Amino acid sequence: MTTWHDYVQTNSHLPEWPYPIHYSKVREVVSDVLVIGGGLAGCRAAISAAQNGATVALAERGNAKRSGAGGSGVDHWHGACTNPCSQVTPEDYTRAVFESAHGYTSGLVRYISTREGWDTLLEAERLGVQIRDEGDEFKGADFRDEATKLMFAYDYKNRHILRVWGFNIKPAIYQEMQRLKVDIHNRVVITSLLTEDGIQGNRVIGATGVNTRTGEFYIFRAKATVISTGSAGRLWSFLPELTASSSMGDMNNCGVGLAIGWEAGAEFACMEQTMPGRLSGFGYAPYSMANAHNTYHGTPIVDANGKEVPWTDGSGNELNSVAERFLPGRKQKFILGDGIGLAFYNEEYRNNSLAPDLPERIRKGEFTLPLYADMSLLPEAERRVIFNMMLTNEGKTRIPIFDTFTKAGFDPEDDMLQAPVMLPQGYAHPNFWGAGVNAPANIRAQSGGGFLVDWNLSTSLAGLYAAGGAPLFGGGCHGESHTTGRYAGRRAAAYARGTGETRADRDQVEREQARVLAPLSQDRGGIGWKEINYAIARIMQDYCGAYKNELTLNAGLRLLKELRETELQTAYASNPHELGRLLECNSLISVGELIMHASLSRKASSKHLDFYRLDFPEVDPPEWEKLLPVRQLGGQVKVRELSLNYHLEAPFNGDYEQNYLQHCGQ
Amino acid sequence: MNEPVYIVPNPPTPNRILQFDLDTCSGCNMCVDVCPTDVLMPNPEIGQPPIVVYAEECWYCGGCVEECSRSNSLTLLHPTSQRISVNWKRRETGELFRLGMKNPPPPRPRTASGKPPVSPERKKSTAR
Repeated sequence: MTTWHDYVQTNSHLPEWPYPIHYSKVREVVSDVLVIGGGLAGCRAAISAAQNGATVALAERGNAKRSGAGGSGVDHWHGACTNPCSQVTPEDYTRAVFESAHGYTSGLVRYISTREGWDTLLEAERLGVQIRDEGDEFKGADFRDEATKLMFAYDYKNRHILRVWGFNIKPAIYQEMQRLKVDIHNRVVITSLLTEDGIQGNRVIGATGVNTRTGEFYIFRAKATVISTGSAGRLWSFLPELTASSSMGDMNNCGVGLAIGWEAGAEFACMEQTMPGRLSGFGYAPYSMANAHNTYHGTPIVDANGKEVPWTDGSGNELNSVAERFLPGRKQKFILGDGIGLAFYNEEYRNNSLAPDLPERIRKGEFTLPLYADMSLLPEAERRVIFNMMLTNEGKTRIPIFDTFTKAGFDPEDDMLQAPVMLPQGYAHPNFWGAGVNAPANIRAQSGGGFLVDWNLSTSLAGLYAAGGAPLFGGGCHGESHTTGRYAGRRAAAYARGTGETRADRDQVEREQARVLAPLSQDRGGIGWKEINYAIARIMQDYCGAYKNELTLNAGLRLLKELRETELQTAYASNPHELGRLLECNSLISVGELIMHASLSRKASSKHLDFYRLDFPEVDPPEWEKLLPVRQLGGQVKVRELSLNYHLEAPFNGDYEQNYLQHCGQ
Repeated sequence: MNEPVYIVPNPPTPNRILQFDLDTCSGCNMCVDVCPTDVLMPNPEIGQPPIVVYAEECWYCGGCVEECSRSNSLTLLHPTSQRISVNWKRRETGELFRLGMKNPPPPRPRTASGKPPVSPERKKSTAR
């Protein structure tokens, strides 16, 4: 008797809501620094703000102990460029990413992440996260340094990417937040930012929210605010009944931070950049199928007859040994590694991978489906590090894969895990479980865009900071979320020290409270949140898909506005849980509007941004190689032009290190 | 056959995402506390396993299983469409297996690399 259906049929009555209902109650929370979003970036921001003397409140949609994209762990840490074994400098790394992205990423975010990434990881070690092979389990392995006991991934020569035992990283950081007396408010969905005098574009002085268990309304007042929320994962793709288990983002991913920032008048860059919705849930449970990517990098793939698929270097040259899969090619400086928020890698930094012409060779009959992963072909230490170490620490793999598979009798020594059977072009990328080829072409995903920030990680609004992979323009990987969170928290605490308290604008609060609670008292003829979410996704697929023009984008904007003013106006929520999901639909619409406005502002197509305008088909004309920061002021959309190199131009310094030292605050 | 019949909506999809061991689950609700998407609700009857209310909002992170105060009271079940997809072949014999099969092979227990996790009795509820 553990499902709702079981309960109702056994007891013949409905279970009462288990939490107290407080729809008319208002709770005011006052702190120096408010952190919105309790994922890794947010928890790190809260900790560093508290360490820098600030009182801190944190609002989290789920429970910050295990929530967020990195809540269930991490198996490798990118860009630890200052670790004692690294052969890559933060400058080298930042330039490699910046060049690979053709300038469409934030050099300052990338630099901060690599300059402080190792220090941030050491702090995690002090909190109880294992980052060294203390038990000498892998003594003598190619990927291990005997002196420091650090273990490396992807590039065993340059040693800037570390394997870590991060399955408990979130609970460890949560415990530290509690120790530092961070005022944690779990189960709160944030609905708006409060601004001075309630005016768009003014200094940010807090936020409003609602508890999704009790319905209590929250007013957060703070001198400085950090936004560290997730991306709008439910924007183009919404099919939870079918896809939730294979998605790389949970249901809370609705871009709430982007939405409230956009409505408050903050400036955004590169929101027009999207990518195919490869990890949006049309594939298989993450890491559950044979593949040769990320956690499984280096895994031998064989066809149905046992014939091995060759590996090639970043230039497409075939590799002769397993050892070469983990070393840079002859002409390469170093390997950047997978999963750092890059859609394209320049040849000199590209990872070794399966032969790029594999789809063609499958079509011609050279390899017979299904393919399998045969880990018995790996040296023992490589097999053990992938299966016993990486799989037990990466997010969503300790219980769902390692635990489940071994209990079901799978053994990587004796068994070959099957790859998905899909169209041949699906094997062009070694992440087979993502099965990108199975996702409808017009299902897109956010890619790289976000709040435009300065060297303080401050947004264009006074008192508002951004941190983490999803809200930052230039965000990338797990470690970057930790590192930018830690930096933004420090800067926000410094800002709070130098500023006074401001009272919230009464009209702004009352307007917001009325809007937020409206769905609870409306006519039951209204539709529910899921149907509205499906409609939002339909608008995005149709009018902001892989190809767009001015008419389709404007039509999309008109339909999003209509949806907000009609169906969403009359929507009904029968309890605080549904209310939370419904309010998230408001966020999704705001993020959709932001993306469509950003898309309208770029009157050219771009390969680097995976952005195609049917009315401006010329690809990457030189005069359009620039950022187009977009914001709202007085309800009007404002666009300006900004150099791709803005982070090294006035008012900033021309040198990465100088800028860092002037702003880092330590 | 003589049980009463009620009007109920169709079973949700996915259907059974978690299996509680009714003999060992103490109804402590620590899984309810940590679930990022509030898939579970406490059972009105104290001491009973929680009720899975929003199965389609589960993203299979396994946090509930890791948090469980009594190990093995809680098992994560992938949706049927995923279980049917996880297939493997035993190299020596050519035997085919799949997750959720009728007569599964015996478990192949392995020890996770690294320091062992914190023991369950040190875990405390974080609900507020």
